[in-house]
Amino acid sequence: MCNVCGCGAGETTIDGKAVEHGGHFHVHADGTAHDHDHSHDHDHNHEHAQAKHMHYHLHEDGSSHEHAHEHLHGHDHAHDHSHAHSHGAMHYGLGPAGAHAPGMTQARMVKIEQDILSKNDSYANDNRAHLAAHGIFALNLVSSPGSGKTTLLVKTIEALNSELKLAVIEGDQQTDNDAARIRATGAPALQINTGKGCHLDAYMVGKAMAQLQLNDDSLLLIENVGNLVCPASFDLGEAHKVAILSVTEGEDKPLKYPDMFRAADLMLLNKCDLLPYLTFDADLAVANARRVNPDIKVIRTSATSGEGMNEWLDWIKAGCRKAADRKSIDGR
Amino acid sequence: MHEMSLAEGVLQIIEDSAKTQNFSRVKTVWLEIGQLAGVEAEAMKFCFDAVTRDSIAQDAKLEIVEKPGQAWCLHCAETVQVQALYDACPKCGSHQVQVTGGNEMRVKELDVE
Repeated sequence: MCNVCGCGAGETTIDGKAVEHGGHFHVHADGTAHDHDHSHDHDHNHEHAQAKHMHYHLHEDGSSHEHAHEHLHGHDHAHDHSHAHSHGAMHYGLGPAGAHAPGMTQARMVKIEQDILSKNDSYANDNRAHLAAHGIFALNLVSSPGSGKTTLLVKTIEALNSELKLAVIEGDQQTDNDAARIRATGAPALQINTGKGCHLDAYMVGKAMAQLQLNDDSLLLIENVGNLVCPASFDLGEAHKVAILSVTEGEDKPLKYPDMFRAADLMLLNKCDLLPYLTFDADLAVANARRVNPDIKVIRTSATSGEGMNEWLDWIKAGCRKAADRKSIDGR
Repeated sequence: MHEMSLAEGVLQIIEDSAKTQNFSRVKTVWLEIGQLAGVEAEAMKFCFDAVTRDSIAQDAKLEIVEKPGQAWCLHCAETVQVQALYDACPKCGSHQVQVTGGNEMRVKELDVE
């Protein structure tokens, strides 16, 4: 962007190349364009009135010209600057302030207005589109470490393996122990090691999806890194986040980690076979989850006793059917 | 500590816009962070300093603009202020509230040269 008049060099390209700041390139309202260098012992008089402004030049040879032109600004600035410069130029209203003289600062404001997670979200949207086009039902399983995710997953896979095609993406900081446990069931599994990372992101999952060569109308189970904080913010392109809370944890976990329970559509209250031996109040845990997320569905499960497994499996199968149906409708 | 990933996201946005907007140094970065976004301002500043070292945003000042948490109360049928995601409506005490604002995290603008 030109720092003197505020015209959009950022938007101006010649043969696809952004126009450098040293020269001055103007496209006039009548469509003509000119390109000129400024020498710096002339006076600038600027007056910005909305998007239109006057441009007055006094050249070294004594000639002068005056022109009006319109600038299309790609963005608006929330900050109003009014600067008086020693070389006699005045800026009013719009227009980032700066000087045209070499060696002087070229400070300006750049409006961004972009979500910090927009990069992740765009990868997530790609994943979601791919999954939808192939009728794949994807679940993002989140919990704290030790909630029994992998055991539940193994039981789930054993129950569903004969009925539908499925694949698993395992996220952990280190080791491929979990993927090995899943592979023992015969299901294809890919381990992502995040190293120091505390969550899976959509880019990692997109790469893993490509590597797994997922079947159409299949189920994709993504077991996130055991962590109730960070995975809440990172959309992977899944249909639902499923939060797993085990009864050996505290009833108040949904209140302590509200982001996660708010992001989830289903909560599995796991290890319910242990309830007789604990003081855990299951109803209170469910009530706390609903305080954070009034719409959350809850299933009480136990991978050991099999409690709630049918309801959980039916919920998955219904989701798979819906994803497959939607694909055939959209594909028509 | 997902502030580290977020700080990397901020740097990525800065580096992308440096290419399109032709600037080579960032002096100040304004972030808009909602009260309900789950982001610690102090942790964000710490991580931002760490990830911007040896980048065009080295030594840039990080200004965090906090946005208050807002929710729609179904009972009162109006927008109310909330401090946390599980807060009840401050007027009627109902938990039937839907968060409508204060969960944003965005890069607002940059002061560059």
